[in-house]
Amino acid sequence: MDMFGDPAIWLPLAFASLMGLSILIYVCLDGFDLGIGVLFPFATEAEKDRMVASIGPFWDANETWLVLAIGILLVAFPSAHGVILTTLYLPVAIMLVGLILRGVAFEFRAKAPARRKRLWDLSFWIGSLMASLAQGFMLGLYVMGLEMTPFTLFFGALTAVFLTVAYSFIGAAWMILKAEGELQVKAIQWAQGGIWGVVLGLGAISLASPFVSSRIFDKWFTLPELYFLVPLPVISAGLIFLLWGLLRSLPRESDALCAAPFVLTIALFTLGFIGMAYSFYPYVVPDRLTIFEAASAPESLMIIFVGTLVVLPMIIGYTVLSYVIFRGKATELRYD
Amino acid sequence: MDTLLLSRIQFGANISFHILFPTITIALGWVLFYFKLRFNSSGEERWMDAYRFWVKVFALSFGLGVVSGITMSFQFGTNWPGFMETVGNIAGPLLAYEVMTAFFLEAVFLGIMLFGMSRVPGWLHTLATFLVAFGTTMSAFWILVLSSWMHTPAGFEMREGVAHATNWWAIIFNPSMPYRVTHMLLASGLTVAFLLAGLSALRWLRGDKGADVRVSLVTGLGLGALLIPMQIFAGDMHGLNTMEHQPAKVAAMEGNWETQGNAPLLLFAIPDEIARENRAEIGIPNLASIILTHHADGEIPGLNDFVAEDGTPLHPPVAPVFYAFRVMVGTGMAMLLLSWAAVGFMAFRRRGPEGLPKPLLLALVPMAFSGWVATLAGWYTTEIGRQPWLVSGVMTTEQAVAEVPAPMVATTLVIYLSVYAGLLLAFIGVLYYLASVGRQAKKRGRPDLPGLNPTPAE
Repeated sequence: MDMFGDPAIWLPLAFASLMGLSILIYVCLDGFDLGIGVLFPFATEAEKDRMVASIGPFWDANETWLVLAIGILLVAFPSAHGVILTTLYLPVAIMLVGLILRGVAFEFRAKAPARRKRLWDLSFWIGSLMASLAQGFMLGLYVMGLEMTPFTLFFGALTAVFLTVAYSFIGAAWMILKAEGELQVKAIQWAQGGIWGVVLGLGAISLASPFVSSRIFDKWFTLPELYFLVPLPVISAGLIFLLWGLLRSLPRESDALCAAPFVLTIALFTLGFIGMAYSFYPYVVPDRLTIFEAASAPESLMIIFVGTLVVLPMIIGYTVLSYVIFRGKATELRYD
Repeated sequence: MDTLLLSRIQFGANISFHILFPTITIALGWVLFYFKLRFNSSGEERWMDAYRFWVKVFALSFGLGVVSGITMSFQFGTNWPGFMETVGNIAGPLLAYEVMTAFFLEAVFLGIMLFGMSRVPGWLHTLATFLVAFGTTMSAFWILVLSSWMHTPAGFEMREGVAHATNWWAIIFNPSMPYRVTHMLLASGLTVAFLLAGLSALRWLRGDKGADVRVSLVTGLGLGALLIPMQIFAGDMHGLNTMEHQPAKVAAMEGNWETQGNAPLLLFAIPDEIARENRAEIGIPNLASIILTHHADGEIPGLNDFVAEDGTPLHPPVAPVFYAFRVMVGTGMAMLLLSWAAVGFMAFRRRGPEGLPKPLLLALVPMAFSGWVATLAGWYTTEIGRQPWLVSGVMTTEQAVAEVPAPMVATTLVIYLSVYAGLLLAFIGVLYYLASVGRQAKKRGRPDLPGLNPTPAE
């Protein structure tokens, strides 16, 4: 299989792209699940049921993208996996406990005695909050090159808040799509209240990355690369203004454009992600370990790659099937 | 305590908590598929009622399995980076195939299976149930391939301290894989058999003798009676395989210090690793030799063969392996006794569950979780029995551990343990609650149980 050239070059690239894609899908999909959890305290009892119903059939598969992303890091870049996860030991543990508390609450809040439901709602909220904050903190530390200084920790704390608010924003955008009536109006207000998280999050990372690493600075601010890169921030800014205006005009007659905020948010997340990916390539551990240095043996990567080519289209196929089956406004979830 | 021991306890706690739930879902998925097929072919509502009850148990177990499984995939990196750095070329693809062929399949079709009954055609719902069961089994297959490879590695070579795959067929079909997969799948079947029987016996004793409770009880007891002799046979075969490839583990299981023929089967003993002998031995002469070699004078490996020249033991710690093995076998014997007695009573009295004596029903209730006890004991036997190796003959557990400060590991350990303890209590509590709610709902003339969103006014 030398048709693409040296497998020690293109296989790590392929897996880095695949890992990037998984992370992006995870951030978008579990982002809205977690965001809905973060928004829980602002909802009434009946609204909470409706909000959980809107993500009930999806959350488990959404979370599996995280397993795939961390799985690719583990199997394709084992030494990077070790460095990153031992450095981020505590935030990872907090995220995991958060994901546990959030994940079990889905089942328990519906099956436990009614008097315990409040407790599981609390577990759902706290869990979503812990997982979002921990992910935002790790994002910030990663941008800071996985260094631990008072400043990087402060930056991590900032991105923790921004990402959590950004998640609540995409969660609200999802609810605009899935809810009707009063809850939808509420979701529009939540989105209006949360858009600053997206703006500040994107802004903080875009500003900080080039100043932390002169390598990233050079990658962005040189000619002629700059010409190709300028559209990224420009389109992002455009999307933000579009979202801003759109949210003021919703809800519209016969629920037109109810999907637009969600779609635009995904576009925005994607642009931000492309920018980050460009900044950090070819490093998997910032400025320390490249994807080529960290990669597993080509023959092992190849056997996963072949399987991926077969299985990934199937995964995407039946994931789409499930979103089609459960399309439309969220109704009461029942087992029959 | 040092980082190594704390990390081992942490991973042990995580994996012990995790395995409880897949052990239920692997087989329960197939039982649900069976209920659905029986409903499709007969149109009898009792099969669907049974499905609706047990799918809740499935969903709950699945959720707990997912969240505790994610924890483990991260702990490879946070606590055991040396594992993937050394054998990542082999473990990696196996784990990747688990995620790709199993996790997504289960997760997506679980949504359809749980909430899609009124949204998709009947055949698609049956197919979703099948795919979820198939996915859980695939997941078990891949992870057991990896576990087996760690016990009996094959199909690789070491280059500069890193394992490289040379033959994937030999890696997947490594010597202990067929035995371990069979043993574990049967263990899952038995866990579910006794969970079905135990929880249904509880409902029955509380006066809920509906048709769905009846089919659950009969299915559980029948499944248990069918699988337990198969499991005893499979376990025996696995033991012979272990003696061939991991003799030190068998020596620890038998508490056998000196290599000898005519070895007794020890029913009880207190292995003393310092004196290197057993105290308070109660044994049946020749039986260990007969079981393991099928000859009364067959030679059984002894622990003293696995000691380095300087006196460091190269065998696993004896007492935990010795006791865990006995707990597993003892639980299996109780399963045999109860399930066969129950099936016998039902067959001879010809009154179905009505023919079961009350003491037997009472005994079945605590047996609801006997599968957990046996499964955990079995895993402790095999995994502690692999020590001091992480991958037999390739790397020791100590070589893989991360240099995370011990207090940090201790802190997270305490957090995990308290979360797990709380969740375990909640899980068992909710199972008993579901068992009692079914009866109340029926009394009010409402056969269906509360859906995902019970109204708080209830």
